[in-house]
Amino acid sequence: MSPSISVSLGQVAAALALVALAVAISFWRRTDLERDIVVATVRSFVQLTAIGYAIKLIFEADTIWLVVALLSVRVLFGALTARSRAKKVPGAFWPLLIGLAIAAASTLGLVVALGIFEATPRYLVPVGGMMIGNAMTASAVALNRLGDEVTESRAAIEATLALGATAREAAAPFVRRALRSGTITLVDSTKTTGLIFFPGTMVGMLLAGAEPTDAVRLQLILLYLLLGSTAIAALVATGLAYRNFFTPAQQLREPD
Amino acid sequence: MLFELRDVSLARGDRLVLDSVGAEIHRGATAIVGPSGSGKSTLLRLLNRLADPDAGTISYQGKPLTEYDPLALRREVSLVPQLPALLEGTVDSNLRYAAGLAGKELDAARCLQHAGLDPGFGSRDVGKLSVGEQQRAMLARALAQDPQVLLLDEPTSALDHDARDAIEATLGSLRAELDISLILVSHDPEQARRLAERAVRLKAGRVVACGSLAEALA
Repeated sequence: MSPSISVSLGQVAAALALVALAVAISFWRRTDLERDIVVATVRSFVQLTAIGYAIKLIFEADTIWLVVALLSVRVLFGALTARSRAKKVPGAFWPLLIGLAIAAASTLGLVVALGIFEATPRYLVPVGGMMIGNAMTASAVALNRLGDEVTESRAAIEATLALGATAREAAAPFVRRALRSGTITLVDSTKTTGLIFFPGTMVGMLLAGAEPTDAVRLQLILLYLLLGSTAIAALVATGLAYRNFFTPAQQLREPD
Repeated sequence: MLFELRDVSLARGDRLVLDSVGAEIHRGATAIVGPSGSGKSTLLRLLNRLADPDAGTISYQGKPLTEYDPLALRREVSLVPQLPALLEGTVDSNLRYAAGLAGKELDAARCLQHAGLDPGFGSRDVGKLSVGEQQRAMLARALAQDPQVLLLDEPTSALDHDARDAIEATLGSLRAELDISLILVSHDPEQARRLAERAVRLKAGRVVACGSLAEALA
């Protein structure tokens, strides 16, 4: 890989010219987004700068335990964020937390075991963050859909339970649809990758001066990992969460 | 005796849907009647444990319902809901599903015939059936499990006059041909008179009369 490039604060400040343009467009076309654009710009600066220093410290400390701690915090916040999108699913937090933890641990474990990346903070921190972020989105979409499906299909689910089907059998078509909707976005964007847009990692590596073939290979590894981690997170989250709609006697719980 | 209910109460939120209900339901055909909101459908759902009461006991053939495996109970005491809700696919695939759950050999033609449908109906897509046809397919699906008791929740409420008469005739001949007990919920006392020998009358979640038609619907 090529040596990394350095970016000065002056260059970052110059890029604000485009933010000023976005604010001007909002003001001119009265979309009333000026304040939001400014807030987004300030937050992105503060959050990324803070995480940049945190990562710098973790890289310098070079201990796996700090990586585990950072990724655990991300899993926790990921589950809390996704829960707010799955309000109709009772007790959604634990299925989300377990789904994200398993997705992160299994994908990172696999890449290290297969020798794709070294078990060092430089690889595990950014890759882990990317896996958890995408897994969070996929499982939030899946549980949101599951909540809608079960709420709208109570009569059909009860009619199947009334035949002596288990909760698992009665919920199966709805769990399947939820899982599909959680994973399909990434599958679709993976299909069109490179044709319509260049994914972020590849852009970053090209800008940093890497060989295009290296940039492509690393991007492919990340895309494949993302497909795996989103599928695992959505599978575990839906597979655990549907149970919370039912009692141990295989009855559909009354909504709150 | 089929079912015995003692002091059965159930609340939904702050509302008491069933209030100290006591009733005896015998073999044969029993109607649960009362105005809408009186707790009829809720009571029916308790009989195959789609829900459990907050208080009180229900026994089936002398044994508390809670001692039965809910899945086995539901295959023996089969509930046909008020609104048809078939699984995607054909009528036959629905019958196969139900028979498979109950571990019974499926005689689709016989189930369809008992529900007043001819054998060719099995290959029809459930998405293309009228509400009356779906209601009959739901009945055929329940019969595919060879149940001892059929719980029918307003079996004709979604139907016009002619379709209602046809379903009632079907239920009448079903009883004549099969050794099966019916417990049906109806808001219409006349329907209860046509289809049942006994009745439980509910009002605002309480039993106001229980016994023969003459006693309960007086």
